[in-house]
Amino acid sequence: MIAFLVQRISHALLVMFVISLISFAIQDSLGDPLREMVGQSVSQEERDALREELGLNDPFLVQYWRFATHALQGDLGDSYFYKEPALSVISQHLPATLELVICAALIIILLSIPIGVYAAIKPRSPLSKAFMGVSIVGISIPVFLTAIVLIQLFSIGVTVHWFPQETGWGAWLNDFFSTDGGMPSYGRGESLVHLFGSWDTNFLTLNGLNHLILPAISLASIMLPLFIRLIRAEMLEVLQSDYIRFARAKGLPMGRVYFLHALKNTMLPVITVGGVQIGTMVAYTILTETVFQWPGMGLMFLEAITRSDIPLIVAYLMVVGVIFVVTNTLVDLIYGLVNPTVKLTGKK
Amino acid sequence: MKKTLTALAAGAALTLGSLTAQATTLRMAYDSDPVTLDIQEQLSGATLQLSHMTFDPLVRWTKDLQFEPRLAESWERIDENTMRFKLRQGVHFHSGNTLTATDVAWTFERLKNSPDFKAIFAPFSGIKVIDDYTFELITAEPYPLVLNAATYLFPMDHAFYSGKDESGHPKSEIVKHGNSYASTHLSGTGPYTVTERQQGVRVEFQRFDDYWDKSSPGNVDKIILTPIKENATRVSALLSGGVDYIAPVPPTDLERIRRDDNSELVTMSGTRIIMMQMNQQRVEAFKDRRVRQAIAYAVNQEGIAAKIMKGFATPAAQLSPEGYLGHNPDLKPRYDLEKAKALMAEAGYADGFTITMMAPNNRYVNDAKIAQAVAAMLARINIKVDLKTLPKAQYWPEFDNRSADIMMIGWHSDTEDSTNFYEFLTMCPDTATGSGQYNSGQYCNPDIDREVRATNTETDVDKRAAMLKDIEQKLYDDAAFIPLHWQDLAWASRKGVEIEPVINVMNFPYLGDLVIKE
Repeated sequence: MIAFLVQRISHALLVMFVISLISFAIQDSLGDPLREMVGQSVSQEERDALREELGLNDPFLVQYWRFATHALQGDLGDSYFYKEPALSVISQHLPATLELVICAALIIILLSIPIGVYAAIKPRSPLSKAFMGVSIVGISIPVFLTAIVLIQLFSIGVTVHWFPQETGWGAWLNDFFSTDGGMPSYGRGESLVHLFGSWDTNFLTLNGLNHLILPAISLASIMLPLFIRLIRAEMLEVLQSDYIRFARAKGLPMGRVYFLHALKNTMLPVITVGGVQIGTMVAYTILTETVFQWPGMGLMFLEAITRSDIPLIVAYLMVVGVIFVVTNTLVDLIYGLVNPTVKLTGKK
Repeated sequence: MKKTLTALAAGAALTLGSLTAQATTLRMAYDSDPVTLDIQEQLSGATLQLSHMTFDPLVRWTKDLQFEPRLAESWERIDENTMRFKLRQGVHFHSGNTLTATDVAWTFERLKNSPDFKAIFAPFSGIKVIDDYTFELITAEPYPLVLNAATYLFPMDHAFYSGKDESGHPKSEIVKHGNSYASTHLSGTGPYTVTERQQGVRVEFQRFDDYWDKSSPGNVDKIILTPIKENATRVSALLSGGVDYIAPVPPTDLERIRRDDNSELVTMSGTRIIMMQMNQQRVEAFKDRRVRQAIAYAVNQEGIAAKIMKGFATPAAQLSPEGYLGHNPDLKPRYDLEKAKALMAEAGYADGFTITMMAPNNRYVNDAKIAQAVAAMLARINIKVDLKTLPKAQYWPEFDNRSADIMMIGWHSDTEDSTNFYEFLTMCPDTATGSGQYNSGQYCNPDIDREVRATNTETDVDKRAAMLKDIEQKLYDDAAFIPLHWQDLAWASRKGVEIEPVINVMNFPYLGDLVIKE
């Protein structure tokens, strides 16, 4: 176990080293950070002086060495825009992203397992076919479109005039398809509750939860169809296996067969994929956060790129690298718990 | 309990028949938030918007580009080089200190040391304090734009910004990277104080009780500014009632807001010129005036403004927009394809040539599309264009290196005066004086340069206007560059939020005077 962790930590360090090297190497093509710092009519001399002050004129190796020695002491440099240590900027934005991801993950888990299992047990029922059809559509709609449609429907509201308003049924149908709007369309809202450190939570007030709903649904909409299909496919396969047939032949109640024996083995690959996907979600909430102006890491990263805020970009990439290593490690550990026959590499 | 109190307060307000008794809040969304609270750290739109909310200038621009007295009550030119100002009495800073001429002098000296603002105050040699409420701004040579510069002089609270902070740094320090006392603390004379600020998330302002301008109609007690960069999200926030006021409004959503019953749209012709510069150092043909003229005749400004900008731009044939001293009403866009072809043939380039062009794709409204249209127009006079568009972060380094034969740039004059355009865009590039810093065309005409310099010391307004108009005419005749249009501006608000009287073409709304009707 310890050998395994040591191995993973050394992996993480290697990943961080490579990422920092790459992001440092490409920083020149990320643009000139000075542009965002000075006004249009500032003279070349002033610019040169500032560039010198920031150490941007030094050769690559000198800059990298300076960065690396600081990084080893836990200092990844100061963000040009926020004027604070990049790591503290990231830690201020991390809670917003984590809450969004947790909420999206809850939606995915609560919906994908029952739907996937149902679709596997009753593959021919019209309801299953409907779920599968919808999930195909869901996979193919890009997340920003989902987000914009959700905002139009539930924040701004839509009034429909498709049916003759003067007839009773027409008025009812128009009313049925029209939406009121009123859901918050941007940001985390006013009523955040402070938990600890830089963590303010949306979960403890109704207003806060309201702000979470649309972004979380948008984010979940990409992964949900994938998981429904994955669970259905795995379950179908497990249901064919011998031990399930024995269990049925033995006369066990079907509920027990499906939910105890079959589901357990179905979840093995789902956990692997899920762990990796959660890492992906934390890292790539960029689109959802941009559309909803959600003040999390994704939005922060996108803005850092447009501002050429290089220290923040480098720090973000390294943190994301660590998140991936950590989630993968956790997945491997959990996998070992669920399936004791699996041996962790490095474990003797 | 809180609810009962609110209900009581509301009841009291109703019985008094007064709506001002209730706290009026303005929730607004801009595309960015101020980078710092130090108003002299960076010369940018967001900084000036903050300055007008939390400070007051000596004088400010009215809607029709005239000067309006603010902290300076009156002024007079004593001699060619000296302007004497009378300061308003009884003005208090947020800290409680009283404004005197010493504060103005202190602010002036700090501006002279600010990398971003020193250029505007370069013509000034000093400031002389006569008494507590009288001071003189002195220029080295006669200078016509003293009042233009005075719109940038927002007196700061000198007692508040003096001394050292906890870490031992002087409080007055201007730091462009990293924090300073002034970048996180603020004491001005303006209508609002900053009560809370979370960089990139929100800024909260509260009306300053002791604000000097009692005649201001403004009735907003609290302002919450949320930066929303994404255009569609900003518009949705307004349409869904999440915010009361947004700027800028993207051209694609103008119709949508116009059609919405609960929203109001205000548009205005802007002063930022979008143009193309033809690099004479890189392309031999551009040295020939006939070729430049041919290009000027081949580009259809009106077509671009109508088709690509959907009418959200004013076609331009010169740099100075209407309202500027140098605006020459005789100069009209000159699209004429036949003439363009004839000029090309005359110059010996009937078969054309191939050039490169670069433009940003996220800096100006529709910038990439405009560049494509210009490239297509040039193809019709056989100039083949190899176009590359880049995000602004990558574009500006290329621009500084003059990496393409034709490059796009947009420019707004910091002084709201024509001379600024020529100094940065058309004068012969000279690193020693800094002139022609953004002249990527390397166009150089010493005669015009001499005239531009002369406008800097001409204090007679009529004479100066004639000189500036003449410069525009000469640049036009010489086809020194290809002007395209002035970008329009747009703001939108919920009905009842009366933004129309407080907005202006400089795009720093005087929110202190904003009225919200319920």
